Amino acid sequence: MSDLTRTTLTRAELIEAYHQMVLIRRFEEKCKELYNARKIGGVYLHLYNGQEATGVGAIKALKPTDHVITAYRDHGIAIAKGADVKRLMAEMFGKRTGVSGGKGGSMHLADVNVRMWGGYAIVGGHLPLAAGIALKSKYNDDGEVVLCFVGDGATNNGYFHEALNLSSVWDLPVVWLIENNLYGMGTPVHVASGQPELHKRAIAYGMKDYGRVDGMDFFAVYEVTQQAVEYARTTGPVLIEAITYRYEGHGVSDRIYMKRVEEMQMFQQRDPLIVMQTKLREMFPDIEPELAKVEPSVAAIVEEAVRFAEASPVPTAEDLTRNVYA
Amino acid sequence: MAEKNIPMREALRAALREEMIRDERVFVMGQEVGAWEGTHKVTRGFLDEFGARRVRDTPISEMAIAGAAVGAAMAGLRPVAEIMTINFAFLAFDALINHAAKVRYMFDGQFKVPMVLRCATGWGNQATATHSHTPEPVFAHFPGLYLGCPSTPADAKGMLKAAIRDDNPVLFTEVIALYPKPGLVPDDPDFVLPIGKGDIKRAGKDVTIVAYGRGVEWSLDAAEMLAREGISCEVIDVRWLRPLDLPLIFESFKKTNRCVVVEESLPFYSFGSEIAAQLQEHMFDYMDAPIKRVSAMDVPLPYAKEIELMALPDAHKVVAAVKEII
Ligand SMILES: Cc1ncc(C[n+]2csc(CCOP(=O)(O)OP(=O)(O)O)c2C)c(N)n1
Ligand SMILES: [Mg+2]
Repeated sequence: MSDLTRTTLTRAELIEAYHQMVLIRRFEEKCKELYNARKIGGVYLHLYNGQEATGVGAIKALKPTDHVITAYRDHGIAIAKGADVKRLMAEMFGKRTGVSGGKGGSMHLADVNVRMWGGYAIVGGHLPLAAGIALKSKYNDDGEVVLCFVGDGATNNGYFHEALNLSSVWDLPVVWLIENNLYGMGTPVHVASGQPELHKRAIAYGMKDYGRVDGMDFFAVYEVTQQAVEYARTTGPVLIEAITYRYEGHGVSDRIYMKRVEEMQMFQQRDPLIVMQTKLREMFPDIEPELAKVEPSVAAIVEEAVRFAEASPVPTAEDLTRNVYA
Repeated sequence: MAEKNIPMREALRAALREEMIRDERVFVMGQEVGAWEGTHKVTRGFLDEFGARRVRDTPISEMAIAGAAVGAAMAGLRPVAEIMTINFAFLAFDALINHAAKVRYMFDGQFKVPMVLRCATGWGNQATATHSHTPEPVFAHFPGLYLGCPSTPADAKGMLKAAIRDDNPVLFTEVIALYPKPGLVPDDPDFVLPIGKGDIKRAGKDVTIVAYGRGVEWSLDAAEMLAREGISCEVIDVRWLRPLDLPLIFESFKKTNRCVVVEESLPFYSFGSEIAAQLQEHMFDYMDAPIKRVSAMDVPLPYAKEIELMALPDAHKVVAAVKEII
């Protein structure tokens, strides 16, 4: 559990972080609703509900000039890194105004302006890209760090091994953050991983191991990531494992997760939004009015995003063939 | 302009070296590129000249070599990554196809991927089934990637420089059997041959022979033999499988009305198939004979010399194919 006195974030920054977590939650709920209403298309929609504290806590530990890259469960990460919510929603709708021009979809959200390098839908595929982006920083000695989110399931393909090892032998400034949400699709971690304490993989690469952190607790994630980022900036790659939970299952087609009632209840009792509210109230007894403003503000942002997305044009035949090559 | 008579490996080395001198962002990475000086000695002397920052030995991690090159290129460096031979590039297939070739499109132009992946290619010397691939057409299947394969030292220099200077990902394959073969190469550090431009290696009027890589050598030998019998062949080296110089092929075909396609690769879904399809789609009215294809046989390559050679194309097979349609 975290030590409240160690946070270096100001009250305003903490409220902003909480706001972002609520925004992610409501954004995802809206996506699900719109998917069911067939306004968002496709077969892939991987929601981030339940994991907000991990994404926001870790990204708040970065400088704006630092980099973020993740897998296909990327909506929350993109919001946390500061991508435009309207354009994220437009991407869900497959609109020309989407962050990826309507060509990437839910799994491929990137916004180069805020150094969000994208969601990547080949499990593990973005890990060597993270190493490459970090190599740029090492090569240019520019002091920037790459935060790479990794699914628990992704720790089992070759990309994980090759990318982590390469980052270690080259001392690259990468924070590898495993989001252990207990499952890769329907497969529990202990069924897929010989060593289910995933952070211990660090030992194999001679890499600094920051251990396990409670991924439902913003403060815990923030603190450990902050230390990890500083280590990465000055010394080399690190590994963190955050224990978290996805409330909506793997994707919209997942029907198994709904049977895991007890487990779900256990995590929901420690819901990231509730945990953070409780801590904020402890820290700032007079914070209630600020907290009360969050939901209405978020609702307005989500509504506006949906309006923007609905009103936006679809891509054209020219868009279809543009940007295959530079 | 001064020229030197040097082997292809030296021409490649000159291209790489000149580009590293010209542009600080260009660096090499791969297995044994440093102290070993490259499996094929293309990076001879580089570690001493440029240092370990720009001449980066990697672990035996093909997925990470290709993937990290993608990330580094997206982030603004210009990696020239090396995979020892194309046989091992199958391990990098995902990074090349799903990421190098896709990230620009998928994120609608937010990123460029100015990387080159160099691979030695080709059979010979009883290298056997796993070590004798020439799968260029497989990689050339995918939009988003360029693929070049030079047949002469001068082309090697001009094409590699073009690949390094281009903002798109290029798979650059180098025929092992051609590394030691000499040819005249311009000294000019700005000798750059445009991407996608083929070359008429021998002018003729009766039959068009289309080839790339080592196929060019067999085609020229065949043309020489056929000339003695009064048959005039035009030999086109496409140099790039993607983008493919179809106008050059079409112009020649309009004159000869006959075509033989020569490749070191396999016959199914091949280079020859593509050229034949293009000709029948676009040049049907000029066609006086079936398009002939000369390729390796549709078997894995065996060890024993006698049957290895039986499975492979050569100048005599090209001669026979030409005679069938003349
Ligand atoms: C290379 C590859 N194999 C399989 C899949 C199919 N797939 C998509 S997500 C997934 C599970 C990944 O789980 P995890 O890494 O734990 O991420 P999470 O979904 O829990 O965020 C699988 C098997 C894929 N996209 N890529
Ligand atoms: Mg998981």
